[in-house]
Amino acid sequence: MNAAAIIEQPLGRLGMDSLPFWEMLQHPTEENLINGFIGGGAACVVVIGIVVVCALITFFGKWRALWSEWLTSPDHKKIGIMYVVVALVMLARAVIEAILMRLQQAVGLGGGFLAPDHFAQLFSTHGTIMIFFMAMPFLIGVINYVMPLQIGARDVSFPVLNSISLGLTAAAAMLVMVSLVIGQFSTGGWFGYPPYTETAFTPDVGPDYWIWALTLSSVGTTLTGINFAVTIYKERAPGMTLMRMPLFTWTALCTSILMIFAMPPLTVATAQLALDRYLGFHYFTNALGGNMMNFMNLFWLFGHPEVYILILPSFGIYSEVVATFSGKALFGYRSLVLATMTIAVLSFTVWVHHFFTMGQSANINAVFGIASMLIGIPTGVKIYEWMATMYRGRVRLTVPMVYAIGFILLFVLGGITGIILANPAIDYQVHNTVFLVAHFHNVAIPGVLFGLLAGYHFWFPKVFGFRLDERWGMISALCWLFGFMLAFFPLYALGLMGLPRRTVAYFNPAYQPLEIVAFLGALLIGCALLALLIQGWVSIKHRNENRVFAGDPWDGRSLEWAVSAPPPEYNFPVLPVVNDADAFAAAKEFGVAYQQPDEFVDIKLPRNSAMGPVLGGLGFVMAFGLVWHIWWLVIVCALGTLAAIIVRGFARDTVQTVPASVVKEEHGRWLDAVQHAAAISRAAECDPANEGLAEQGAAGATS
Amino acid sequence: MSYETFRYPGLNLGRAHPEAHDAAETLMFGFWVFMMSDAILFGMVFGTYVIQLDATAGGPGPRDIYDIKSVLIQTMLLLASSFTFGMASLSNKHKGSPPRLLAWLVVTLLLGVGFLVFEVRDFLSMFDMGAVPSRSGFLSAFFDLVPLHGLHVTCACIWLICLVGQIARYGLDTDVKLSVMRLALFWHFLDIIWIAIFSVVYLAGLA
Ligand code: HEM
Ligand SMILES: [Cu+2]
Repeated sequence: MNAAAIIEQPLGRLGMDSLPFWEMLQHPTEENLINGFIGGGAACVVVIGIVVVCALITFFGKWRALWSEWLTSPDHKKIGIMYVVVALVMLARAVIEAILMRLQQAVGLGGGFLAPDHFAQLFSTHGTIMIFFMAMPFLIGVINYVMPLQIGARDVSFPVLNSISLGLTAAAAMLVMVSLVIGQFSTGGWFGYPPYTETAFTPDVGPDYWIWALTLSSVGTTLTGINFAVTIYKERAPGMTLMRMPLFTWTALCTSILMIFAMPPLTVATAQLALDRYLGFHYFTNALGGNMMNFMNLFWLFGHPEVYILILPSFGIYSEVVATFSGKALFGYRSLVLATMTIAVLSFTVWVHHFFTMGQSANINAVFGIASMLIGIPTGVKIYEWMATMYRGRVRLTVPMVYAIGFILLFVLGGITGIILANPAIDYQVHNTVFLVAHFHNVAIPGVLFGLLAGYHFWFPKVFGFRLDERWGMISALCWLFGFMLAFFPLYALGLMGLPRRTVAYFNPAYQPLEIVAFLGALLIGCALLALLIQGWVSIKHRNENRVFAGDPWDGRSLEWAVSAPPPEYNFPVLPVVNDADAFAAAKEFGVAYQQPDEFVDIKLPRNSAMGPVLGGLGFVMAFGLVWHIWWLVIVCALGTLAAIIVRGFARDTVQTVPASVVKEEHGRWLDAVQHAAAISRAAECDPANEGLAEQGAAGATS
Repeated sequence: MSYETFRYPGLNLGRAHPEAHDAAETLMFGFWVFMMSDAILFGMVFGTYVIQLDATAGGPGPRDIYDIKSVLIQTMLLLASSFTFGMASLSNKHKGSPPRLLAWLVVTLLLGVGFLVFEVRDFLSMFDMGAVPSRSGFLSAFFDLVPLHGLHVTCACIWLICLVGQIARYGLDTDVKLSVMRLALFWHFLDIIWIAIFSVVYLAGLA
């Protein structure tokens, strides 16, 4: 790392052989050709995608707008949207990778077409992306958008920090994308166990990409957790006591607390692995006193709470969706809150179940096994309460509701297989088989992903002011549901038949029929994604028929529905005063919704700041330099980061004012629209007649 | 609800500024939460250190490399700096006079830098003995934990220097006052971490 090395190798270990087609051109064997074309093709998609996006922005002259209205915006709503965009892009990539893996396994009897190394990169990127760059940004985006509105706040507590978190997350996602074009990603799976990921066994750049992507994203997520928790504690509108918060906000709070406590172990684990790889430390090596069990414990001390970070917001979304589309208040609100908290606390006590087989005593395994099973209790409570909420309600089978019902049915199965796995004696039999793969997808897809998709459909009209197309939404939802079942139910059987996870090829012909079924399921999931895309297109085309400017298309219950769709920049012209749980439902019932305030005052909002994109950009380049050992670049970026933070410390005058007159005018325009909108019954909810004003007192639901 | 309940105790932002106190309350609370997260980070690193204590792999162990005299000096420097920062906090709240605050801050900075100098000197002499992090699991853990604290102190020192710059530029405006408050918390927090390091690493290691 001395000066001479910097001058001799200005690009570190970056060379021609880092490019995707290189291996194929040097050694054009058939296998290398196939893998080269797949890898190179994927790289081209990334490059072409970036070029096309840039060209379009240039063509429409939108660079300035992109910078000043989006990238530098501290508005939680815009930041939320950008998070979800990142998530959807990454979802597309990870699903394509999943289909490729399923194809490989479908024809994998005695070989298949993918090289083992290539297959290993596929499951590593798929897992890493789905967890860190699909589910996390998606849920953070939804919380970002919805939570401040639900608690009656103008923004999160630290808007610029919010933008920095987004910058770091996006930088990390970008790093994973770049690994497709330059060099290769880790082959060590999404949890990157050493000693395999140590230099001794994997000297290439793969694990370094993985380390720095995770480090960037974990720092961003920690900051997000802090931001959300403080927001929920400090920014609630007058009267919004904790026990009046919508359940989604409760789950957001629990998730944020989990982020604050669970991300540091991950940061430590990846940092220590980096020290091993870069400076020759011996934390997790085989030699000289390294101890890889430290990594397992650190990683899963993060990893298990992480799965609840992922699923709690989805539970919150289902709660809102089920209550809204049943036309009833949530059944057992208090016990749902309690169950959420219980799950959050228990999630720190079970991490050892991820490595029952790694040599601790039977007693320790028993303790952690029992603790794991305990989580079934609060989760079961929740399932019953969602069902009880639907009971005797007028359930409307809209797209979010289809996801919710599919979730209830399927998640129970995923939960039960989880309880089965929590028994160490059974786990010894099926550990590392595809039974486990089936289990965690059974909770991750119906639980996490369907929840987020339900939230996407539920809040889309609020965010963009028009409803999504129901028909394509329904097609997509059904494809997801049945595709999931086809793709993963066979894996339970295959697991019991002994097929190990991460298998690139197998030699037992009995596996193949089920593998083919699973592949068909994956194809159906591909169709689901396609349908989602078409839905977006169709909905944008017909947006003018489906506007819901009045803001309440679903007869919603919480405060986010009490403002226009899309909401004004400052969310509420006057901060609402809350007297009930389900604040907006109560206001509508008592006829006090849609009021003209007596008086408007100037509203202070944070000014735009370049900190987010700047720190994100520097973080990305620094990580890239670290991966490729380009030390001068690392130093420059580190100094740049320091300088940016120092300069920001000197910034004053960071707020702008929206004058009362503007607020008054905008509010008047909205109230006008509400006045002229036709109040529609729930039967007409999915018609163009729905302008976002709900008829009151007609629905015959009992509550 | 009376705004009195929101007044942030450690600050003097003027009675007429309830919103400023609101914002201060949120900011300080956020910083507490951040430190909580940071404490977990240290907790994990402490954990790995304790687990790796015996992993010396035939290399030097705690008794061979710790120099209690130097560590004692470092401890005294850091404790003294906490006291001087306390004085700075007091002048932040009551006197409202930049020179006094500045003086205490500069003294604190010097003590902090002094601490770092002694710490680095220790590390260098350990290197001379062949006690480098790549020698063993134990040394790896040591060189993760103690320098991590040192890195925090370094950041705090840089922050302090920036604060001095901000005072020179803006005087004692609300932002500066709040920054002093947060840095004070951070400084005392690092002191507490150091006490833990002193006991768990050095005292227990030499006992
Ligand atoms: C959308 C449909 C999906 C399909 C078809 C799919 C398919 C697969 C396949 C084939 C594997 C490799 C299994 C093996 O090791 O044998 C895998 C692994 C994995 N998937 Fe998925 N998956 C999907 C969605 C998801 C989602 C939504 C998540 C998480 C939120 C997820 C997280 C993971 C993880 C963590 C792994 C393990 C990676 C590793 O072994 O390190 N997947 N998936
Ligand atoms: Cu777990």
